[in-house]
Formats: sequence, C-alpha cells, structure tokens
Amino acid sequence: MTDAWFAGADPDDPESGATRVRTGRAPAPADWPAEAVDAGFAADETDYYAKLRSATLAAASEAVAERERADDVQLAHAVRAMDDAERTANELAERVVEWAGTLYGDVPRGLDGVRDIAARDPKTAAEERVVSYATRAVDLLDERDDLRSFIEERAPTAAPNLAEMAGPVLAARLIALAGGLEPLAKKPSGTVQVLGAEDALFAHLKGRATSPKHGVIFTHEYVRGTRPQDRGSAARAFAGKLSIAARIDHYSGDYRPELHAELADRMETIRARADEGADE
Amino acid sequence: MSDDSGLPDGVERRTFGGRERLSTRGAQVYGEPVDADGWRAWDAGRSKLGAMLELGMDTGLVGGESVLYLGAASGTTVSHVADFAGPTYAVEFAPRPVRDLVGVAEDRDNLFPLLKDARDPESYAHVVEAGIDCLVMDVATRGQATVAVRNRQFLADDGRLLMAVKARSEDVTADPDDVFDGVVAELDSAYELLETARLDRFHADHLGIVARPK
Repeated sequence: MTDAWFAGADPDDPESGATRVRTGRAPAPADWPAEAVDAGFAADETDYYAKLRSATLAAASEAVAERERADDVQLAHAVRAMDDAERTANELAERVVEWAGTLYGDVPRGLDGVRDIAARDPKTAAEERVVSYATRAVDLLDERDDLRSFIEERAPTAAPNLAEMAGPVLAARLIALAGGLEPLAKKPSGTVQVLGAEDALFAHLKGRATSPKHGVIFTHEYVRGTRPQDRGSAARAFAGKLSIAARIDHYSGDYRPELHAELADRMETIRARADEGADE
Repeated sequence: MSDDSGLPDGVERRTFGGRERLSTRGAQVYGEPVDADGWRAWDAGRSKLGAMLELGMDTGLVGGESVLYLGAASGTTVSHVADFAGPTYAVEFAPRPVRDLVGVAEDRDNLFPLLKDARDPESYAHVVEAGIDCLVMDVATRGQATVAVRNRQFLADDGRLLMAVKARSEDVTADPDDVFDGVVAELDSAYELLETARLDRFHADHLGIVARPK
C-alpha cells in the first residue's frame, strides 16, 4: 500500500484528492507521477500534473478559507480595526475642536467637544463644513464602540479562559500580536509577558537597555495596579497563567475555573508584600 | 540583445523603462512592468533568487526542471520560477500569503501550492515527488540550515540547493558573518557547497548559497 496522495482518491473528483493532500503523510517522497500512471490514476504524466494541480489548488483554498474564517482571526482583525478607528477619531477630533474654536465661543475640549459640535445646527458655509467633519469623527467613535462590543461578545467563545483572565479586549490584543491563538499557545510565557514591547526587547537584546518587564499586559489591572517594585513579579505570574489559558483554549477549549482561582491567589500573595513592607 | 548566458531558458534580460532587467514570460502577478511581448520584469530587489541570478551566481538552472520551493510566501518569486521551470511545488506555512499564492497558481498549469510547514517534510512527502532538480530555500525562520538538511530527501543526486540565508532570522543581535558561518557548517552534513555570495546589493544581510547533495 502506498502513502501517495492519490491512493484511495477518486481520479475524477478533485475534492477527494484535496482531502488527501491536506491530511496525508508519507515518511519519504517517491516517484509519484510514475506510480500514479502505473496505478491507473492518471493516463500519463501530463494528466497526472493536471490532476495534482486541481487537488492542490482545492486543498490550499479550503485550508486558507477555514483558517481565515476562524474566530481568532476575526478577533485579531476586530481589535486592530478598533485601534485604527480610535486613533483616527482622535486625529479628526483634534482638527474639529481647533477649527470649531474659531467659529464658536464655547467648545468643550476633546471627544466631548466633537459630539457637541456634531449636534449643532450650522448657520454658515464654514459651520456646515466643521459640523459635517465632526459627524464623521463621531461615526468613527461609534464604530469603535461597536467593534468593542463585537470583541466582548466573541472573545469568550473563541478563547474562554484567556478572555476571562485578561478581559476580552486584552485577550484579542494578545491573539493579534501573536498572529493567532495557536501561535500564542505555542509561545513561552516569557514571550507573552513582553508581547507588544518589541522595541524595548530588541533594545535590550542589543545591550542598550534593561529587559522590559511587561508588554501590552500592562493594561491589565493585575500589572498596572501592583506597586512598581512588584510589577515584574506580577507580570511574570500573570503571563505564566495567560499562556496556560491560551494553551487550554487552543488545545481543549473548555473553561477551567481553578486556573483563575490560582492566579487570584498568587496575585494576592504578591500584593501582600506591599502591606508587609508597610508594617516594618 | 544582451548577454543571457548563465540564465536558464525562459529568463531574459530585457529593457523596462530604459533599464535592463531580468524577466520571465507569464501572467502578471504583483503590478510589475510588462512589455509588449508578454515578458514581465523580475525585480531582484524583491526576490532573493532574482538577486542570485542578477549577481551572476552559477545556479545550474537551465529551464524546465522540477522545483521544490520552500517559503513561497505570496508567490512573488515562485511565479517567475514557474514561468521558466517544469513542475513547481510551492510550500508556504502562513495562511494569509497562501490566499495570494493560490491566485498566482490559478494562472499557471505547473504550479502546485501547498499550505504546509517546511520543517515537517513528511506532511508533504505524499505529494511532492522524489528526484527534484532544484530545491529553493527562502524561509525566513530560525534554523534555515536544519530545514535544508531535512528536505535533502526530495533532491536528485545531481540536483541543486539554492538558498538565501537571512541573518536576522537566525539571530537579530549576532554579527551576520557569524550567522552565515554557522549555517554553512550545518549544511555541510548533507550538502557540498559550490558557491556563496553576499546579496547585499539587493538584500541587506543575506547570503546566497548554491550547493549540491553529498
């Protein structure tokens, strides 16, 4: 019995060949074109390559589509889009407030100002432009909020433990930075700890700086809310449990409450150091 | 016409926008310049293999050979390879670029896209035939030499390994020369080196290698 991709495949059905291309394995290559002709799978070499082409094209398209529809890919795109929307809205807002200040006497600062301007009734051509521009910024802000809701809804299904532990948005960010849930699950926790701090990490590797204590996980209360001298420990403990959570989510997918209790315990111990210090 | 010696059949130097460039004949892929006869420019600045040919390395390519291309990415270089080579197997690990690679393969009869991991040859040994004439290695990952050694089994005894080593993929902090020495030493277990050249004119910190199986 041969391991060839065409073994057991229907010569007239590229789909059956495609499945074998995707799932098959062989310990070593062989002269597959000749074997296929001998086995009657193909009439000649030209026919073999035509069949191989259909099967590999179908296999690659299916595999890509399956992978790209996956929830983790959608989450990664959503969180990047959310950041784009927020950054752009802020940029527009700056211009709106600056411009509106020359037309109106009473413009609140920042994003509140933009919402305020967008709700006004323009009286001149210039006011019309500034109000219209403000409306775009407000639309973008609404889009950002919708994207956030989408992430909050999807993350708990895509990565239940990670979303519970880090919060949906940070979970999505970690997935985006790692390039997917599987790559995240395969990263050592030391890498998870500094995801998003690549500049600082490379400066350190080049010998120009100390090693970064945390990357994007800094946004979580467990890290940010711990006093500076214990933040390294907190980040290390948090990253360790996060990478375990990512592995459970990727390889099994069930929710494990005990994992979250362990982390809460550990965090309490680390934070207790601050109280001990105060007593001394 | 200029000196096309050393170039495989199907690769020519032709003039695009007043400048002489490598080119192959086939469907346009990435917005590259195309001339009236259907030849499309092969940008050596975007292709390590293009740079090796441009720098006059003796790749042993003659045209029409079977090729296993590891690290095909979205198919920029492999599209040119399929234009002049025979059966061309293109292996790429990341799904997103394979989406583009499939588009490139749809326009070519002899290009077979495979969403597989080059570090795990058994996952495609049931598809890729034995006795390949040319193994092209363009993977930007750590352990490039290990991957080349593991894929030695596909290569015919008189076949060629064409490899572009990216120093920064192995170790961002190390000196490129040390990285290249390490890669060359590891290749030595399975390959005899025929020629090496720095590709810096086109690609910073890359080493081009031509080798044959031992």
